[in-house]
Amino acid sequence: MPSATSSQTIGPFWHLIEHPEWADLTRFGAAGSKVTLSGSITDGDGNPVTDAAVELWQSDPPSDESFPGFGRCRTDQRGEFRFTTIKPGPVPGRGNAQQAPHFAIALHARGLLKALMTRAYFEGDPLNETDQLLSAVEDPRRRGTLLARPEGKDRWRLDIRLQRGPHGETETVFLDI
Amino acid sequence: MQGEREAAPFRPYPPGTQPAYDVPGYGSTHKRHPQEPLVQLPHTVTESIGPHFSSAHFPPIPDLSLVDGKPALGERIIVHGRITDEDGRPVSNTIVEIWQANASGRYQHPGDQHDAPIDPNFRGEGRVYTDDQGWYRFTSIKPGAYPWRNHHNAWRPNHIHFSFFGSGFAARLITQMYFPGDPLLALDPIFLSIPDQGARNRLVCALDMTVTEPEWALGYRFDVVLRGREATPMES
Ligand SMILES: [Fe+2]
Repeated sequence: MPSATSSQTIGPFWHLIEHPEWADLTRFGAAGSKVTLSGSITDGDGNPVTDAAVELWQSDPPSDESFPGFGRCRTDQRGEFRFTTIKPGPVPGRGNAQQAPHFAIALHARGLLKALMTRAYFEGDPLNETDQLLSAVEDPRRRGTLLARPEGKDRWRLDIRLQRGPHGETETVFLDI
Repeated sequence: MQGEREAAPFRPYPPGTQPAYDVPGYGSTHKRHPQEPLVQLPHTVTESIGPHFSSAHFPPIPDLSLVDGKPALGERIIVHGRITDEDGRPVSNTIVEIWQANASGRYQHPGDQHDAPIDPNFRGEGRVYTDDQGWYRFTSIKPGAYPWRNHHNAWRPNHIHFSFFGSGFAARLITQMYFPGDPLLALDPIFLSIPDQGARNRLVCALDMTVTEPEWALGYRFDVVLRGREATPMES
């Protein structure tokens, strides 16, 4: 049997499949507590990444006709993205463990020959202390790159850095899945 | 409901079949590739399941070669193929997203500054779903080659961009389909970024006379394999 087909970059012109409304996962009338997740993407020089496709996927609440569980958002000229969705709850982890509430994030862009995968957790959630992934990242600065910070009621922010900077800026934790 | 198989983790990619993040011949990777090691994440429910797209909310766009009934310029093509997992099981009822340049090698995109004509009758976006046996099919125009600024006199081979979701988020795949016999392939750092030659060549479609329609359009076949899952106790 052949192995999985190889990945290639999404390139700079993926906006032909962009539908801005996809960034609002509540548009089909999902019930639940609405939150926004915004943030920026910067490269190794600290410059904004202005042509990325940011994808958000959450396994909770379960997706159905009123909630796709998946969204896509472009980064703008400042490298900023913004999603509106339903706040996820905890989901099962390995063994008997619970995972803290989180979003899965996939980044696609010119210069990325395959997706960069990361997660966004909610800073201050008590379940973060025992979450298996967060616990596996020992450096607190690196662990912090997985934590969205509150910016006001139901508004969260996660800034993503693709590459360590020349002055020791912390690179976002990317996942081998 | 999620069955046992849907909850099983996906298998790792075989070595050499996927490009690295840092590819010196492709300049845009220099400032965008991670330098820290990736953190291993054994698959949980978040990675093992994925979004389902309903055609009610995400309607099909099976023909890129027409706008308002007016035909685009260029060589009309029909592209079809089968999507399976690494165990040969069909991936049924899954969404396939498609986008591409027109016959002149120009994207209808504000960022595309290539001095080639826009074709108002070419629709650069497509969207289809596989059937129960994993087959998909759409009609389009053969895309033109276009220049890019990666190195002096750099040209991309003719290609169509594809996006696949499969049955779990860890199987997400974005790739490009190339055309047989294109001499630009041997010069393209994006195509050549895949170390394994056999895996690389599977991105090249094949002329398929069984879907070629007389007096109408050439047919091409492009089969895609998405990640397979680890065996579960129930299967063994
Ligand atoms: Fe392209």
